[in-house]
Amino acid sequence: MQSHAQKERNYSSLQPESPIKQLFKNNMRQYSMIFALIVIMLLFQVLTSGLLLQPLNITNLILQNSYILILAIGMMLVIITGHIDLSVGSIAAFVGAISAILMVNYEMSTFGAVAISLLVGAAIGAWQGFWVAYVKIPAFIVTLAGMLLFRGLTMIVLEGKSIAPFPETFQKMSSGFIPDGSAANVVTLLIGAALSVALVITQLKARRTQKKFDFDVQSKGLFMLKLVGMVVLLNVFTYVLASYEGIPNVLILLGILIIVYTYVMKKTKAGRHIYAIGGNEKAAQLSGIKTKQMTFWVFVNMGVLSALSGLIFAARLNAATPKAGNLFELDAIAACFIGGASAYGGIGTVPGAIIGGLVMGIMNNGMSLLGLGIDWQQGIKGLVLLAAVAFDIYNKNKAA
Amino acid sequence: MTNVILEMRSITKEFPGVKALSNVNLQVKQGEIHALCGENGAGKSTLMKVLSGVYPHGSYTGDILFDNEVCEFKNIRQSEERGIVIIHQELALIPYLSIAENIFLGNEISRNGVIDWNETMMRTKELLQKVGLKESPQTKVEDIGVGKQQLVEIAKALAKDVKLLILDEPTASLNENDSENLLNLLLEFKGYGMSAIMISHKLNEIERVADSMTIIRDGQSIETLDMKKDNVNQDRIIKGMVGRDLTNRYPERTPKIGETIFEVENWTVYHPAHAERKAIDNVSLNIRRGEIVGVAGLMGAGRTELAMSIFGKAYGKKISGRIVKNGKEVQFPNVTSAIKQGMAYVSEDRKGNGLILMEDIKQNITLASLDKISKGPVIDANKERIEAENYRKKLRIKTPSVLQKAGNLSGGNQQKMVLSKWIFSEPDILILDEPTRGIDVGAKYEIYSIINELAAEGKGILLISSELPELLGMCDRVYVMNEGSITGEVTKEEASQETLMMYMTKQKVRG
Repeated sequence: MQSHAQKERNYSSLQPESPIKQLFKNNMRQYSMIFALIVIMLLFQVLTSGLLLQPLNITNLILQNSYILILAIGMMLVIITGHIDLSVGSIAAFVGAISAILMVNYEMSTFGAVAISLLVGAAIGAWQGFWVAYVKIPAFIVTLAGMLLFRGLTMIVLEGKSIAPFPETFQKMSSGFIPDGSAANVVTLLIGAALSVALVITQLKARRTQKKFDFDVQSKGLFMLKLVGMVVLLNVFTYVLASYEGIPNVLILLGILIIVYTYVMKKTKAGRHIYAIGGNEKAAQLSGIKTKQMTFWVFVNMGVLSALSGLIFAARLNAATPKAGNLFELDAIAACFIGGASAYGGIGTVPGAIIGGLVMGIMNNGMSLLGLGIDWQQGIKGLVLLAAVAFDIYNKNKAA
Repeated sequence: MTNVILEMRSITKEFPGVKALSNVNLQVKQGEIHALCGENGAGKSTLMKVLSGVYPHGSYTGDILFDNEVCEFKNIRQSEERGIVIIHQELALIPYLSIAENIFLGNEISRNGVIDWNETMMRTKELLQKVGLKESPQTKVEDIGVGKQQLVEIAKALAKDVKLLILDEPTASLNENDSENLLNLLLEFKGYGMSAIMISHKLNEIERVADSMTIIRDGQSIETLDMKKDNVNQDRIIKGMVGRDLTNRYPERTPKIGETIFEVENWTVYHPAHAERKAIDNVSLNIRRGEIVGVAGLMGAGRTELAMSIFGKAYGKKISGRIVKNGKEVQFPNVTSAIKQGMAYVSEDRKGNGLILMEDIKQNITLASLDKISKGPVIDANKERIEAENYRKKLRIKTPSVLQKAGNLSGGNQQKMVLSKWIFSEPDILILDEPTRGIDVGAKYEIYSIINELAAEGKGILLISSELPELLGMCDRVYVMNEGSITGEVTKEEASQETLMMYMTKQKVRG
């Protein structure tokens, strides 16, 4: 009896730590990623003597990385379930080729071609999901086969040549800005302001309900500081975009995807099921989760996002080429692991994948601005991936 | 006077923020079996890790004297060189390698780096003979049962010229026969002068084989007893372990048994891999409202297979038979539908099948009933936390917060978390598969109380257990299984360890 009371006391003694220390402890992973991103950004900002954060370059950064980031979102889900997808680059290329054939050769409407392309992506995802989820072939093998298969199919349907140019409406998907008018700046700034208001309201509301239920919340000062920081950052960002051409269309698309997928993974039953499957598939199954079905849909989702990524890449390039999407899978996978995913499944977040993707993207961009060759870029990126994961494991061991 | 082979003097070991051991003393005499007892988390394993060099010299304070020499082990290899070998609870064998390869793993008989297979096979044969295992040295470890694997572990220890053998819960996963074998073997080796330290929760085994014992509680050595001189019995051990008299190991309960609410009829299940083999053969059973029904059987009798095949066909192929719940025939085509229709199954493998260790407590508790905390597809995080917090208090899960990771809790608290999860799903029928395995005496009592409360609420409980006293102490009725069939049904009044054992080993009658 006495020992129990003693233990209780030990637990309560854990509570009163300084709130800032507590905050950092609980969110160590998240903050260290953001911190790393900022360090890399500042580093290249200095090295490129300010070129990196020029409005033009920021817009470029978004356009250049959008298709990898879209893949990284889907890949994060796949990795959380404990699988991997090596075929996304080939699928992107194949769908890009299909869309080109539909729009250029058959002169189909942009809308119709995009819809069909996404369906093709879904069908490919279903094909791979079937083998992984129901036949239980390791995803590494299924998607390695898919990588070869769809690269081959891409070359077959394109007959080894590129198809170009795409109709203008399609190109706008990737290269357009919102809205395409003289008032772009104002609209962009307004969007920034509107988002700020929405952010403040949701944050305040969440804090109020947490308080109502008597859960421990961050101290008021810290909370306000964080909120103000986020609002400032958001508005500086939209201001920078406004001083070039405004918000790129693709950024709107990306923003919606990030918000929707973050919400799904954090707040919905589907998200919880995905984490549970990756955490312990057997336990998930015995808790009534339809593990096979869920795994299947995660791959279908990956197929659709690969297709979307392929479309955006084709629109940006204004051509479908047999080599499109080469090595995209590795960039997307690297983004997830840099962003904190566990190679064993069950751990990872969508914002993490985005941060990881941005780390990769900024390094690509920064090193290109510096005039480093592709050889050096590859090598350095490899080391950064290794360092990020090593740092993560070091932290985990220290915590345990 | 016998000599002292091992003396550990005032061992203190601290982890950041926790004093795991404080001034622990342990003395083992030459040629005796010394039992080490204590609740989970008392510090038994930590002490053995200090002894075997897992925690190197310098990371603890105190002295270790082995064979009258001060030892400062920096790693396991050094302690093994001195003849201290530890066999862990989770066996450390490699399933795809042969018995011979496993026995000499890391200790290969070789010339210039090339393994001498003839010598290896010969030595393996000798060792297998010593431990009484009739298997070819070339048999793969995955092809033999857990009981035999345990013998391979012991042969492996013998190959290292063991002087002091440490066994951590050696019989935890063994059935009665294999346990008996193992204990006899230990006694035999004792006859040859080997000393052993045995960590065990099974007090009857300690009573049977140990010569003396040390009780550890809250990181301190409480007392050392001579089994004969001090006239130690199980109640005495429990008293030492929990620091209080536990006069009744099973909480009082007045059963209020109602009508039959669950029936399984002519249930037959085929093995998932061997299509011709019946894993469950024509089993029929029933559970009444408020009743705790036990299922006894040796390991491999088919108890878990029966439970899992009922629970939404989570095991087996070509399942046939009828399930009647509340007078109506029902179908459980999958686990989801079984849960929806009021079934719950608490797995025997807590970590493997029950919990997601990397997720927090609240997510584990709500996993099987997300619908109850969701609006449409969206989870209400606040409601989830409140519900989880309720169960933390109700079942007294010892943790500062439900935001802790499940993996950070002790075995007993993990089990309470699994129970919370299934109580939260509001089942009518709970199948509990070895709910107190690997849990210390104090936590067991709490789990028993929870089970009794559930029965009192009018739920039907099917309790699968390998511990006969537990079945006798808890159940109103016990079914006994052997080789996939029910060989007997015994009421509380008729039940005794002997009758259960008789049915457990009874061959099934064909016809």
